[in-house]
This record gives sequence, C-alpha cells and structure tokens, in this order.
Amino acid sequence: MPNKSLAGKVAVAGVGTTRYGRLPEYDPYDLGIWALKEALADCGLKIADIDGVILNRIPDYQRFCELAGLNPSYTTITPGHGRFSGICIQTAVALIATGMAKTVALVYGNNGRSAGDQYGGATDIYGSGGPGLWFPYGMTSPGAFHALMAKRHMEQYGTTSDQLGQVAMAFRRHAALNPQAVMRDPFTLADYHASRFVCEPLHLLDYCLINDGGVAMILTNAKRAKNLAKPPVYIRGFGQTAKFTGSTFPPDDYWAAPMKKVARSAYGMAGAKPADMDALMIYDNFTPTVMFCLEGFGFCKTGESGPFVENGRLQLGGEFPTNTSGGHLSESYMQGWALNVEAVRQVRGECGARQVKDANLVQYMTAAPVITSMIYGKEAK
Amino acid sequence: MNTKPLPRITPDSKPFWDACKAHRLMLPTCLDCAKPHLPPGPVCPFCFSDALRWREASGRGIISTWTVVHQPWFAAFKDDLPYNVVQIELEEGPRLTASIIGAEALRVGLAVRVTFEDVSDSITLPRFRLEIE
Ligand SMILES: [Zn+2]
Repeated sequence: MPNKSLAGKVAVAGVGTTRYGRLPEYDPYDLGIWALKEALADCGLKIADIDGVILNRIPDYQRFCELAGLNPSYTTITPGHGRFSGICIQTAVALIATGMAKTVALVYGNNGRSAGDQYGGATDIYGSGGPGLWFPYGMTSPGAFHALMAKRHMEQYGTTSDQLGQVAMAFRRHAALNPQAVMRDPFTLADYHASRFVCEPLHLLDYCLINDGGVAMILTNAKRAKNLAKPPVYIRGFGQTAKFTGSTFPPDDYWAAPMKKVARSAYGMAGAKPADMDALMIYDNFTPTVMFCLEGFGFCKTGESGPFVENGRLQLGGEFPTNTSGGHLSESYMQGWALNVEAVRQVRGECGARQVKDANLVQYMTAAPVITSMIYGKEAK
Repeated sequence: MNTKPLPRITPDSKPFWDACKAHRLMLPTCLDCAKPHLPPGPVCPFCFSDALRWREASGRGIISTWTVVHQPWFAAFKDDLPYNVVQIELEEGPRLTASIIGAEALRVGLAVRVTFEDVSDSITLPRFRLEIE
C-alpha cells in the first residue's frame, strides 16, 4: 500500500556525473569520487556534511570511504546490478525519513568498458544460478534472456522489429541533443535493421552500451534541501517489489503483475496517474524492457506497447518524452543512475536543447526481478 | 579446450542429472502442496516445505519462447551459429532451458517431447523435438 506519509519528505539536493565513454585512466573509486565532487559542488555541501553513504558497483566501501575521507553514521554497499539504483535511492529515503542519516550520498562507479566486461560467455553470472543450467545449450547473457521475452511478446501480441527500432531511434535522437552522450549519430530504421543480430529478435542497436563513468546523488530532508544551492527535487512517490520465484526463466507476463503493484504504490503516494507524467526515464538495458514498463505501469494496455511507441510518442515533443538523455542505449550505461539524474535535471529545467517544457513530474521505472519506480516532482505535493 | 560447457551439478541438482543419464526426466515435487519445481533446491519454493520427492515427468511440454543466438559467446559453439535456445514449459508446470533438435521453424506454443543426448561419459542433456501431429 502507498505510504503517503513519506511523499515529498525527502528531496534530491545534488547530482553529479563524470564524463562517459572509455576512461582507462580512472578506476571505479576515481569515477565515484569524481561524481561525488560534482554532486557536492552542485548543491553547495561539503564532504563533512555527508552522514550516510550508499555505494553501488564500487568494489569496496572501506577503501572508497578512506580515499574520500568519509566517516559516516551509516554505510552500505550493493552489487552492480542495475536494479539496485532504485533500491539504493529508496533506502536513502528510509534512512532520511527515520533520522538514521540526514544527508545521504549515493555513489556509483563503473569501469566496465576499460575492464572489458562482456555480460555473456563463461564469466556470465546473470540470473539466479541460471548460467549453470543454460551454458550447456549455449544460452548466456542478459541480452539472450530479454530476446526470449521479446520473441514471446512478438508472437503473443504482434509486436514488430520496427517498433523496437522506434524505441532505439527515439533515444538516439535525444542523445544527439546531449553533449554528454557517448553515441550521438542518429540512425534510420534501415540502419537499425542492418545492425547485426546478437540474439534474435534483438539487433545490436536494441542493446545498451558498455562504457565507463560515475554518478552521484545527494539526498536530504525536504526542509534542509530548501536552503541549498539548487531547488529541491522532491521524491513524491515510489514503490518496489520483487519477483524472484521462477526468475531463472523469463516471466510469462513480462513482469506486469509486480509492476502493477509498484505502480499502485508510486502513483498512490504521488497522488498522480500515468497521464500526469511530463517525462519518463525507463531502464533500457534492451528496447523490449521499455515496452514492458509502458504496459506494466499502465501507460498503455497489455500487449499494446508496440503501436504505442510509434509516431514519435516517446520522442521530445511527443506525448511521453522518454529517456531524454539518450538512456542506456545511447547516452551511457550507468545502470539506472544517470536516468535518475536526468529526471532531476529535467525537473530543474537544466537540460538545454533536450529540455521538456514545464517538467513538473518525471517518473523512473525499471523492469527486472526487482521492480522499482520513483516519481520526482518540482513541488513537495 | 574447445569443449562445450557442462551443467554445474550441485547436491540439490544431482538427482536431476543422474536421472537424465538414465534418460528419465525427474522433477522435485512437494509432498505438502503437490507442486513440482525447477531449479531444484532444498525446499519447495511455493510453500517452503522440505518434504520433497523426485517424480518422473511426462517429457511433454510446449515452447514458451525461443531465440536464435548469433553471437559467438562460447568458442565451442562457433560452428553451430546461429543456433536455437528455447524455453520449455513442461506439462507439469516447471520450465527448462533447452534446445530443439531437427526443426526449421520454431513458434511459441508448439508441442514438444524430451529426448536425451549423452554429451559425455557422465553428462546427459535433455533436449526436445517437435511432436509430430
Ligand atoms: Zn510446496
């Protein structure tokens, strides 16, 4: 059930991002500290103001805090799975709301590009022990898992490759307007079809990037956030649930049932509905997850996400501008973190050529065995 | 070293692989709620009971979804590219990752039946063939 008492009580005070791309001279600690420096400068706080630390993908919390000179009242670290960005942000809300910490730094550092991460093959650990069962059949990688889901959706509902291509093209167009994005050259539907299959029906252009970078967010209570350098961006609503049972295999409902639960919580807290959202940030590890979120969160009916994404609906100027930064497909694979930062920057009106006019409410969503969503708002209620 | 990966056998999954070696498909089944499950584990994931018994499955199921892999993720699969990977929903409910032998066109919902392939002295893999109508 929506916990309305937490709606708008916590705000994002500062956000920071590094350059993205291939940054071999930086390790995940360097990237995290770089991003944290930017986030502190963004809100005008000092490192000594941070009393809660939540790390993601950075290998070791002790080393990170030693290097940064942090001695917080609360410390935790989480694995580098994209679903954890939402989990971490919600944990920060709980810490701040209960008073266990006043100002929480969330820090993410990823040197996957320089470290040669592949997300498939013998080192693949995606899923709950699935690789031990899949490898003998040559099945590996999150991409193959999502290809299985996409194929089923296509056969069940008539979703087409062209429609997946529309999603990828929309995000690339947005990236062209984002100086920070790694991939900025727009492509046509013909280019999309010409890009090689990795796992059918998914083409290379359905896949997210692999790159280096860091992201940090600083959250604090709404009252304190009002007195900082930037206007607060309030966390108006959120929700989380998991579907671990049977999660070795793709879910037959594309996670629709757990997403509906999360949607009830997030919209209930925010007192809003899908149509009220001015922009969407959807965890685009692969194009089909964008479709699944649009259905699961109620932007369109079950099975209708294919036609829904046509005619530029997800593009700037369309009904629901989505992943205005270019997302994981074209800006940078920062595992949800950079999408949450983009939500904050949109609400603040800082996005320049890709700014959504009057972005008052922006929603982040992810479809995975842990589903999370946050609704960011310009006003506390 | 160009051998294909073998399943990682754990104490929980050993009876499954032992049965495959005997060309039988066995499922851990809960004595309390009667549901079979995969992957094998120490308790029933539906009711947390540890009263489990291995029961033979019919070997029949349907393709619940499928993909064709084009990327050479494993060197040993290079000559097989592109190859299919399917998700089978067994008649009894649990799902299995496998591949289909001898089929040109795959489709969600097609009926399949298990077949066994002895890939090494100690390992036999379940694969599936389309049921002939
Ligand atoms: Zn049971």
